[in-house]
Amino acid sequence: MTAEPIAQTPIPDHNELFSQEVYLEQAARKREFENPCGSDEVARVADWTKSWEYREKNFAREALTINPAKACQPLGAVLASLGFAKTLPLVHGSQGCVAYFRSHFARHFKEPVPAVSSSMTEDAAVFGGLNNLVEALQNATTLYKPEMVAVSTTCMAEVIGDDLFNFIGAAREKEAISEDFPVPFAHTPSFVGSHLTGYDAMLKSILGYLAERNTAERTPNGKVNVVPGFLPSVGDLRELHRLLSLIGVDYTILGDHSDTFDAPVNGEYDMYPGGTSLEAAGDAVNALGTVFLQGDSTKRTSDFVGAEWSGKTATTGLPVGVKATDRFVQAVAEVAGITVPEAITTDRGRLLDAMSDSYAYLHGKRVAVAGDPDLVVGLLEFMLELGMEPVHVVSTNGKEDFKQQAEAVLAASPFGSSATVWPGKDLWHLRSLMFTEPVDLVIGSTYLKYVARDTNTPLVRVGFPIFDRHHLHRLPTIGYAGSIELLSRLVNTVLDELDRNASDISYDVVR
Amino acid sequence: MTITPSRETTEAIIADVLAAYPPKTAKFRSKHLAANAPEGGKECEVKSNIKSRPGVMTVRGCAYAGSKGVVWGPVKDVVHISHGPVGCGQYSWGTRRNYFNGTLGVDSFVAMQVTTDFQERDIVFGGDKKLAQTCKEIAELFPLAKGISIQSECPIGLIGDDIDAVSRDSGKALNIPVVPVKCEGFRGVSQSLGHHIANDAIRDWVLGTGELETETPYDVALIGDYNIGGDAWASRKILEDMGLRVISQWSGDGTINELANAHKAKLNLIHCYRSMNYICTTMEEKYGIPFIEYNFFGPTKIVESMRAIAAAFDETIKAKTEAAIARYEESFEATRTRFRPRLEGKTVMLLVGGLRPRHTIGAYEDLGMEIVGTGYEFAHKDDYSRTNPELKAGVVLYDDPTAWELEEFARRLKPDLMGAGVKEKYVFHKMGLPFRQMHSWDYSGPYHGVEGFAIFARDMDIAINNPTWSLITPPWAASTSEEGAA
Repeated sequence: MTAEPIAQTPIPDHNELFSQEVYLEQAARKREFENPCGSDEVARVADWTKSWEYREKNFAREALTINPAKACQPLGAVLASLGFAKTLPLVHGSQGCVAYFRSHFARHFKEPVPAVSSSMTEDAAVFGGLNNLVEALQNATTLYKPEMVAVSTTCMAEVIGDDLFNFIGAAREKEAISEDFPVPFAHTPSFVGSHLTGYDAMLKSILGYLAERNTAERTPNGKVNVVPGFLPSVGDLRELHRLLSLIGVDYTILGDHSDTFDAPVNGEYDMYPGGTSLEAAGDAVNALGTVFLQGDSTKRTSDFVGAEWSGKTATTGLPVGVKATDRFVQAVAEVAGITVPEAITTDRGRLLDAMSDSYAYLHGKRVAVAGDPDLVVGLLEFMLELGMEPVHVVSTNGKEDFKQQAEAVLAASPFGSSATVWPGKDLWHLRSLMFTEPVDLVIGSTYLKYVARDTNTPLVRVGFPIFDRHHLHRLPTIGYAGSIELLSRLVNTVLDELDRNASDISYDVVR
Repeated sequence: MTITPSRETTEAIIADVLAAYPPKTAKFRSKHLAANAPEGGKECEVKSNIKSRPGVMTVRGCAYAGSKGVVWGPVKDVVHISHGPVGCGQYSWGTRRNYFNGTLGVDSFVAMQVTTDFQERDIVFGGDKKLAQTCKEIAELFPLAKGISIQSECPIGLIGDDIDAVSRDSGKALNIPVVPVKCEGFRGVSQSLGHHIANDAIRDWVLGTGELETETPYDVALIGDYNIGGDAWASRKILEDMGLRVISQWSGDGTINELANAHKAKLNLIHCYRSMNYICTTMEEKYGIPFIEYNFFGPTKIVESMRAIAAAFDETIKAKTEAAIARYEESFEATRTRFRPRLEGKTVMLLVGGLRPRHTIGAYEDLGMEIVGTGYEFAHKDDYSRTNPELKAGVVLYDDPTAWELEEFARRLKPDLMGAGVKEKYVFHKMGLPFRQMHSWDYSGPYHGVEGFAIFARDMDIAINNPTWSLITPPWAASTSEEGAA
């Protein structure tokens, strides 16, 4: 039986209920018990937080972090692990961390996130987590039948100094797992770096481990490896596949979570719907070379590959916009030893076509941007190509090298002259920047919605996490085609604002 | 019509699901699973509040989540420091939907992520100085903050920091309460110990320090409602309709003043027993304040609870209570009339935290729905003894179930609706099962109170009767399944 739709009065929920008189009166009555601040005082302080004086105090912070745009290492390690086929992430330490990683990714991708914990508690804090890890490996492999378990650590395990190498060895001795069951591991203390550091550490471990297990004679496989790094959209990875097919190379994407986080609803739950095959990953050592999309989020991996593997390596920067995608295409073609095919030129031309349709609305727009370092640099480059003017450039997990990189990109364009780059700053810093020096648009994750609302600035959602809009995690924002999607988000946000603020006179039907 | 399997059938299902585990783990897990018997007792007893086995994919969180995420986080005029590395505060930033009235970042700080963002040097040299400096900077940047709470993350208890001393010194220097909470994630077996630790911190640092200008015989405290999607406001409305004066609301849309003055209540009313029974017991012992558990999900339980609360007061309250019940009946009836025919006979499996696996049963039953399986993430024995009589014989009870168990029970019981958390949601979507998040109300709510029941009914109807679910099987697939059409 399928129930018929019902045409009755809508039922008000929190979106309407609490602005009703009865609830406003309730709130007023409750204030008697709240010892609240006076509304004048609240208004005065609210105004003060918008001032230059507050900005100076805010930037004088030495210890306090407010609304940072970064997460911790093991979160990244979990994403890296899920980029490989039939791989179960196991995070060694307190179990609450894994609950957080799973819910964080589930809110972003709106997909299941399989991962297990070794569930350490007080006794493990005293005696170490050896027994926990051994039992975790046995339970997880028996129950969930992965073909690989990728182990990372929480800060608890790191503070007490648990040794994964020895613990995993002990698990084999105790026959919790077989002698040859693959268990790459990475120490990922959350008090060092960010989620990107953990992604990098785990990826390096997996690639190194699988290459080492591949004991066959090293024979060139004629392929190009592509390392995407921490990419929060499965659309980015799908676009990468499309672009590489269009270039016409035989390739392996190392760390491909596109199917992992884009499984169909078909009546069956498959815990391992995607990922780079372990065989292909183990054979990556034999490739013609390896192209890295991101400098920061896979730095250690690229150092390792450059030193240990025989092929060429190149780091192109995230291919956002024209020139960055050109660099990526050329790097891939160069490693493969082929010329760039006409199909790519056509693809590129479509982006130029889109840009020529839209630039007039974007030229000179002042923008604030916040996010992971590689993403921010990529976005800057594209904005400059469009004639937009970056003003505030924030990356909480960006360091001095990010600053130099971003400033070099900005310096290469006259549109970059208004920008200041703020490595290590958080979104509360950004709030002060945007109040004192307003901009037309702000670009970044869902968590920028607070600053966007406070400062009345339209937000273009790009990056991670995006919890409050649907399906953006499916859409690409890299490559020529992804850049068109990004461009459409930018220009349509501007056009929405134009319409929203338009007088009757200027409310145009064609834009 | 009997939908629920017999106890024997359920026991066979449990045995079958356990067969996939290594023997030791199977033995351990078997103690956490049972077929319900409404009369309770040994035969349906499930073990609870015990460590999860490593590697099984528990849904549980940690003590920090229980303190910062549940008890303290909603207190709106206090700045809550996630003390340690950046992650814990990041993952719990704004996701629990503790609504509040106030200006964010000015006099209210609920949906903010404030952290000491520990670096390696803080682990090596200790974080006390950084914490003291953090408190100082909070006072400078947020002059209207009425207090600071320090929510300890794992490293704090391991590196020997003395956050009590920092709290005392900073509290004096800044002239606001600075409350240390030792809720490191490795403590205890789940969120539950975090609730207890958070309650104790309120007891030791805040409770009893406030005053009331005037007192009335009808002063009550609303305890254990975190105002998810506005739940506490919908509940408060009922209590006020009954003629009661709610002097304190813990902790959704709460203030430190309300934590401080709750000992002035004549009666404590507790909704989430699991997370705040501790403070109610404290107030009973220390101030002689009795407490009553109540349940504001669905008409049956709302009316039952209202009368139970009114029984503690005089005729004035009783009369107002009956008048309110009479007024509510129209709305209750409208909701039942509209939704019951669409939901009658539908079966539900639940896995939630500390009260909803039993508290929502009545609301589902008011809509003609039947619970075929329920369980808790972090319950104790007294939660299960309260649950048994609410359910039919044979309903599967699962304590701290693993992902495997929940999926397998769902495959076998084939409920029409699954209610659990965001980590579970998309698994069941893949299986083609309608799902509602029962922690966050799937971004809807309130579900408490009179308006809440209508929203609850609407949302369950939307979940179950949306046409999407009928499209899963493609027309070219040979379809012999009758279940899909059921």
